[in-house]
Amino acid sequence: MESVNLEMITIAEARRLLDNKEVSALELTKNYLERIKILEKDIDAFVTVTEDRALEDANLADKRIGEGTQTNLTGIPMQLKDNICYSGIPTTCSSKMLENFVPPYDASVSAYLKKENSVLLGKGNLDEFAMGSSTENSALKSTKNPWDTNRVPGGSSGGPAAAVAASECVFSLGSDTGGSIRQPASLCGVVGMKPTYGLVSRFGLVAFASSLDQIGPLTKNVEDSALVLQSIAGYDSRDSTSLDVKIPDYVSNLTTDLKGFRIGIPKEYFIEGISSGVEKSILDAVEVLKGLGADVREVSLPHTKYALAVYYIIAPSEASANLARYDGVKYGFSEKDAETMWAGLENTRSNGFGPEVKRRIMLGAYALSAGYYDAFYLKAQKVRTLIRQEFEDVFKNVDVLAMPTSPTTAFRIGDKIDDPLQMYLNDIFTIPANIAGIPGISIPAGLVDGLPVGLQFMAGTLQEANLFKAAYAYEQATDWHNQSPSI
Amino acid sequence: MSKLTDLSIEEIRQISVLTRIAMTEDELEVMRTQMSNILDSVTILNEVDTEDVEPTGHSVNIKSVMREDQKQDSLTQDETLLNAPHRDGSFIRIKAVLE
Repeated sequence: MESVNLEMITIAEARRLLDNKEVSALELTKNYLERIKILEKDIDAFVTVTEDRALEDANLADKRIGEGTQTNLTGIPMQLKDNICYSGIPTTCSSKMLENFVPPYDASVSAYLKKENSVLLGKGNLDEFAMGSSTENSALKSTKNPWDTNRVPGGSSGGPAAAVAASECVFSLGSDTGGSIRQPASLCGVVGMKPTYGLVSRFGLVAFASSLDQIGPLTKNVEDSALVLQSIAGYDSRDSTSLDVKIPDYVSNLTTDLKGFRIGIPKEYFIEGISSGVEKSILDAVEVLKGLGADVREVSLPHTKYALAVYYIIAPSEASANLARYDGVKYGFSEKDAETMWAGLENTRSNGFGPEVKRRIMLGAYALSAGYYDAFYLKAQKVRTLIRQEFEDVFKNVDVLAMPTSPTTAFRIGDKIDDPLQMYLNDIFTIPANIAGIPGISIPAGLVDGLPVGLQFMAGTLQEANLFKAAYAYEQATDWHNQSPSI
Repeated sequence: MSKLTDLSIEEIRQISVLTRIAMTEDELEVMRTQMSNILDSVTILNEVDTEDVEPTGHSVNIKSVMREDQKQDSLTQDETLLNAPHRDGSFIRIKAVLE
């Protein structure tokens, strides 16, 4: 088997190797499977490794490359977060509730990747049902940060972020409800992108909070992020919130010239609680952007401070409705020995869900209950309107916003798990994009004490091209994306 | 409004019944404290004047999507019942609802 140095391999690089027949998809895949075997005992980024599937996919890809009919992602070894259905492969949501669930159908994004003959290496670990910011809420395993295995990878897409950072796959798909792609990307030093709500089909993504959930790529660099989005974006009749819009060519629009490009720095994202190292890295990044010719200006988004509260009403409310379906009857975990149907239902839910999931279901049920609906849920939806309008207004004057992705670098495993409110604060800078439905991206922008810092850009609705432009220009002007953990 | 977030054990017990999540007395007490704290942090929203503001359900304004009522392929019965914990032929078996 030809040995390939996987650490710096991007989609573009793998494409070149595959198309020039310097390496076959099968050889590349075997290299990754070998690396996964070695690294997984330290990282635990995968819930399931799909070796047989991967080898079969690789053979199909090689056949296609031989015929010259390959597309961008043909033969590229990848991972899917384990809340994205893939026919015949367990989709656990890292929950005891779905530990043995094998979907009989593909999520739309899985079908798109299959059609391109991408290679599925396995399914990525997450906080149970994508609820969390450290992947410690996984009922199956705790993923470690490849930069320091005593620390969390972030979450909820901690498995995908760690797998890309540790070069256990070329790219992964995650889901982002309040920052679940961008925050772990920040903590693991990779690129994580949340598209505009409705740009990527949610069909086959196990629902958490349906008005906020969005699938997006985790990659080694910005070009790869644009390539993957190109493949998965587009209208899908099976998702009733899917946007029927023309998809621009993201990759060919990447440029390093930011002359006249307007970048807003919202002062509300530089607050108490942000670590000095993160703040300095982001302010340094702003200077780099200025150096590239960007027109950088301070802006204000005064309703930002309410976004976290809005989220912790809306997300649990939607979750309590979505997770009512887990009754142990149609699929999933089921307590068989109960005396009555009601007792069986109760035992199934009490023993199938973990603590954070229970907390959110109960919080949501409370916020939606008679007498409190107006005070909590309706109020949150109204403030959501104001947050959205504020973003719309600011994007009349700037092309993108730049800010930190997360207030701190990766924290130690166990440090925040007992205090839900402290844990929720990790998402304070990412949640506003979900509330407003706008796209956001986190890219590597420094190291503080050997741990990665993420720079976040947000853009207006469907302005992904602006997002990639800013991110690509910054990335090409710096070397942070070429740093990888020494594992 | 401050009283609103100071949940009682009885309120938590009631939500536990409604959500079909059984809890021990100790678990109820932990949940009471945590939910009270979370709801307390949410009262910050009362600062915001939302008079005459329309609520946002979805961030994109999408109307109900309709399609023609046409015959389409779907999963087979076997595929649909593949994950059923208590399958009985082409049925799913559950405990009696009415006793």
